[in-house]
Amino acid sequence: MKKIVNFLNKQTWKGVALLGLSILLMIVGVVREEPATVLQKAVHICMECIGIG
Amino acid sequence: MGRDKVRKKGILRHWFQAAFFAVTNGYAVGFLQGKIYQGSTKALCVPGLNCYSCPGALGSCPIGALQAVLDSRSFTVSAYVMGFLMGFGALFGRLICGWMCPFGLVQDLLYKIPFVKKIKNLPGHRYLKHLRYVILALFVVILPSVVVDIVGMGKPWFCEYICPSGTLFGGIPLVAANPELQSATGGLFVWKVSLLVVTGVLSVISYRPFCKYVCPLGAIYGWFNPVALYRYTVDAGKCTQCGACQKVCRMDIKVWEKPNSVDCIRCGDCKNVCPEGAIVSTWEKRKEKSRKRGR
Ligand code: SF4
Ligand code: SF4
Repeated sequence: MKKIVNFLNKQTWKGVALLGLSILLMIVGVVREEPATVLQKAVHICMECIGIG
Repeated sequence: MGRDKVRKKGILRHWFQAAFFAVTNGYAVGFLQGKIYQGSTKALCVPGLNCYSCPGALGSCPIGALQAVLDSRSFTVSAYVMGFLMGFGALFGRLICGWMCPFGLVQDLLYKIPFVKKIKNLPGHRYLKHLRYVILALFVVILPSVVVDIVGMGKPWFCEYICPSGTLFGGIPLVAANPELQSATGGLFVWKVSLLVVTGVLSVISYRPFCKYVCPLGAIYGWFNPVALYRYTVDAGKCTQCGACQKVCRMDIKVWEKPNSVDCIRCGDCKNVCPEGAIVSTWEKRKEKSRKRGR
């Protein structure tokens, strides 16, 4: 039982660290103005996605 | 008893999948008018393989968004989309596949259609299950970044040549409602509809073949399964290794050996069938702990 709890803690810690890193990456992306590229693509019909090319 | 619980919880899961689809694809007039939503929420990614050209979509598909940034002139990597993928992965892992992906729901429903002989895995499963990593590397990352025209623009290779989710949720409803698009269809549309049909037929025979062998998004989330905040643990003191979990698991996982396998979509069937109650999720574990503390 104790073994399971230890495993949980170690893995949970990794998950939390990755979550922190993901937020950092999103902030870097926003500073680099990447969301504008995503938005630009997403608000127009994507001809490739729908199979027209 | 266990089987009954599996069935009831399975129905609950499908309702959740449908509700999640309705909420994240709530732009209903888009379906009627053959156009897509153009609001600013589309700068955000949704967790599942949900085409941003689906008329109802309020957010962006992470795989489409990743290619859009990589094939643009301005960027060679996408910190922003990688942030979304990592964030979703670190929180949920492939719980997203089991509960929040529209194309996962479609395959789940197709598998309910009766067929003379259902098979757990397609022939060549051992090799085929690595195909999704090749598709991720080649069609999502390498080709969109490397194959560019004279002005430096690439194209979304996975969306264009493979994604059946885009054909189903974007292509078919838009082409059906928009005469201009109808006149623009050609060989590529036929190719994509054929891929969708093949995927659909295989989904009747075998469980979620697209998720098992093709999907690059499932491949990414699978890497997070062992470290995500939502994980499974097997209590070795309770588990008798009877094999009931693997028998019920349509992704064919030896749960007692690998509760956090990259293939597990967190449908929960193994947890619900286990006669010893040996499989628990981290969330249930936390709930149990706080209940004990409260006593
Ligand atoms: S593997 Fe892909 S298509 Fe399947 S449920 Fe996961 S994200 Fe969706
Ligand atoms: S291991 Fe369990 S939760 Fe994962 S796919 Fe199999 S039955 Fe579903």
